[in-house]
Amino acid sequence: MSEAAPNFEGLLREALAPVEPPADLVKRLEGPLMSITEMAADELEAWELSAMRDPRNWARPAVALVAGGVAGAALVLLRARRRTGPTQTGLGELRDAAEQTIRDLGRDTRRLLGDR
Amino acid sequence: MAEQLSQKPKAQLDAEFSDLYRAHLRDVYSYAYYRVGDHHDAEDLTEQTFLQAYRHFERAQRESNGRPLRPWLIRIAHNLAANLYRDRARKPASPIDETTVLASPHTTEQLVEGRDELSRVLDGVRLLPDDRREALIMRFALGMDNREIARALGRSDGATKVLIHRAIKQLEELVVEHGGSERSSRNGRSPAV
Repeated sequence: MSEAAPNFEGLLREALAPVEPPADLVKRLEGPLMSITEMAADELEAWELSAMRDPRNWARPAVALVAGGVAGAALVLLRARRRTGPTQTGLGELRDAAEQTIRDLGRDTRRLLGDR
Repeated sequence: MAEQLSQKPKAQLDAEFSDLYRAHLRDVYSYAYYRVGDHHDAEDLTEQTFLQAYRHFERAQRESNGRPLRPWLIRIAHNLAANLYRDRARKPASPIDETTVLASPHTTEQLVEGRDELSRVLDGVRLLPDDRREALIMRFALGMDNREIARALGRSDGATKVLIHRAIKQLEELVVEHGGSERSSRNGRSPAV
């Protein structure tokens, strides 16, 4: 036990050093996020519909529509551009995760921020 | 009426969300990386976290009464990760990429020794129960204090303090045990039980 004890927390801090996000993630995320923040809600609806006309975008937006959110759709489109050939398993997981997260979020926001 | 009064102009909200994003992108990414174990999934999780956060940002701000929103962001990432991976193994799918370990220069010997030691620590972190592992990630990778961790995990401050203490203790034992068994293997003996 004494082997690890002296500065174990320091070791842990070194092992779990913060990880810088890749530069391309910063760019990739910043673009859509900033675009979303600049769009009005009605523009976003039109944007989602126009994106749906492109068959390449059908799979991911379908998941987003299940999730029922503008931001979800933005994410899905973002990914549709980045990747091709998602597996059914991946889609199912993403859809389940999005649905569950939306349900959890309202409850958590109230719980986490409501009490001092 | 009260709700109307509390509403901010959209441009202001958006500017504040941009600030939040810039301030905490590294935190969310680091959490995601240590939580899921590889950069690809960490990127996805980070994207989802911020997009979900944007959906609920106004309400979160309204209800936060000026308190930091980092625990709320990490909570979103936590929920997304839990939901996304609930059908997979509960631990990270792949070992944490060792290239992230050791950022500062060392001599060759130190490098090998240091890498071994840090790898053992990371291996140990992966073996911890989920709540303990997450608490350690929040404390050491993100530098969150007990109160922030408590809010992110939905626990009391006291329970969080105990959780972290036990997590460190268990991890120390795992690291020593793992180090001992490695040495024994090298010497051709079975590790002591």
